[in-house]
Amino acid sequence: MDDHKQVPRLSGTAIIAALKSAAISTVVALPDITTSHGLLWPLSRQNELRLVRVCKEDEGISICSALAYCNHRSVMLMQQTGLFDSLNAVRGIAVEYKQPVVMLVGLLGKEGGVPPDESKKYSVRTVQPILRAMEVDHICLESDEDVPGMIAAINRAYEISRPVVILFGGKIQS
Amino acid sequence: MMVRTEALTEIARHRADALVVAVYSSAFEWLDISPHPLNFLAVGAMGQASSSALGFAIGMPKKPIMVLDGDGSLLMNLGTLVTIANEAPDNLTHFVGENGCYEANGEHPTPGSGKVSFAGFARAAGYKTVMEFNDIETLRRDLPAFLASPGPRFASLRIQPNSVKRELDYSLVHGDAARKRFSDGLAADMAQQAR
Repeated sequence: MDDHKQVPRLSGTAIIAALKSAAISTVVALPDITTSHGLLWPLSRQNELRLVRVCKEDEGISICSALAYCNHRSVMLMQQTGLFDSLNAVRGIAVEYKQPVVMLVGLLGKEGGVPPDESKKYSVRTVQPILRAMEVDHICLESDEDVPGMIAAINRAYEISRPVVILFGGKIQS
Repeated sequence: MMVRTEALTEIARHRADALVVAVYSSAFEWLDISPHPLNFLAVGAMGQASSSALGFAIGMPKKPIMVLDGDGSLLMNLGTLVTIANEAPDNLTHFVGENGCYEANGEHPTPGSGKVSFAGFARAAGYKTVMEFNDIETLRRDLPAFLASPGPRFASLRIQPNSVKRELDYSLVHGDAARKRFSDGLAADMAQQAR
C-alpha cells in the first residue's frame, strides 16, 4: 500500500476567489487548523468579505440563515467537529426551514487524497453518512480543480433554498 | 417582578417598525400583543434567537432589531453575548425575560436560578448599554431612554414564573405559513426601504 500519495493542492486563494465569484459577502467562522493558515488568516487580512468571528458554530448557522432572509449571501467556515456540535441547528434552521445555509468544513485528520468515506479516522469517515442521513447536499474539494464545483454548489443552494456542505479534503494552502 | 404580558405590552408600545425575534412563551404572547409581518418566531433551535437577531442586525444595519429571549434559552448559547458585543451592532436590542425556569418544558428551574446575573454577563461581555428591570413602573418610565441609548443594548426583565398558561401550537410560530408570512413581510419592507 502506498502511504506516500501525491497530495493535491487546495489553495485558499482559489477558494476566496470562488467565494467572491459566488457573490458571498460575509464569512462567519471559527478557526480550524486545516483552514487557518491558507484561508482564515487571509480572509482576516482583506476587507471585501466581512468576517464575523463566533464563539460556537451553531451561532453561525443562525447568522447565515438570517442573512439569507436579508438577501445577503454568506458561508459558515468550521471544522467537522463544529459541524457535529451544531447538528441540531442544521436540522432545525437549515434543513427543516429550507434555508440556504452554506457550510465550509475542514476535515481534521483526513488523509490527503483519500475519500472521506474511506478514512481510517472515525471522525472523518462518519461525516458524509451523517450528512446523507440528514439529507444535506454535500461535495468534497480535494484540489483547486474542484473549486468551480464549489461555486456551482453555492449558487444551487441559494437557487433552491437548501443547505449545502462543502468539505475540504485537504489542508488548505495559501 | 412583572407579568410577562405587561412587560411585552410596554415593549410593543415602543416597537415602531422593528423586526422582533421572540422565543417560546414570549413568542406566543407577542403574536397577540404585537401582530406584525416582521415578527420572526422561527428560531429553529433553542438558544438561537439572539444569533438570528445578530444576522438580521448585520444584514439590515438601519433596521431596529429586537430579540425577546428567555433565560433558559440564553443559557444554552451564552457565547452569543460575546459575539454580539464584538460585532457591536447599534441597531440590536436584547431583552431577556428571567423567570428562573424552563416554562414551556415543565417549569423545571434553570441552573443557577436566582444566583446568576444575566445583566452581569452582558456587561462583562461588552454590551454598550445594560439595564435590569424588576417592576413594570420602572420599565414604563425608563424604556424610552434605554431604547435611545447606544447599542447593542441588553435588558433583563424579572418575570413571574408561569405568567400565563396556554396551549402552545408551535406551527403558529414556525410552520411553513408563519415563515412565509415573515419572508414576504421582510421582502416588502426591504423594497419599501429601497425606494
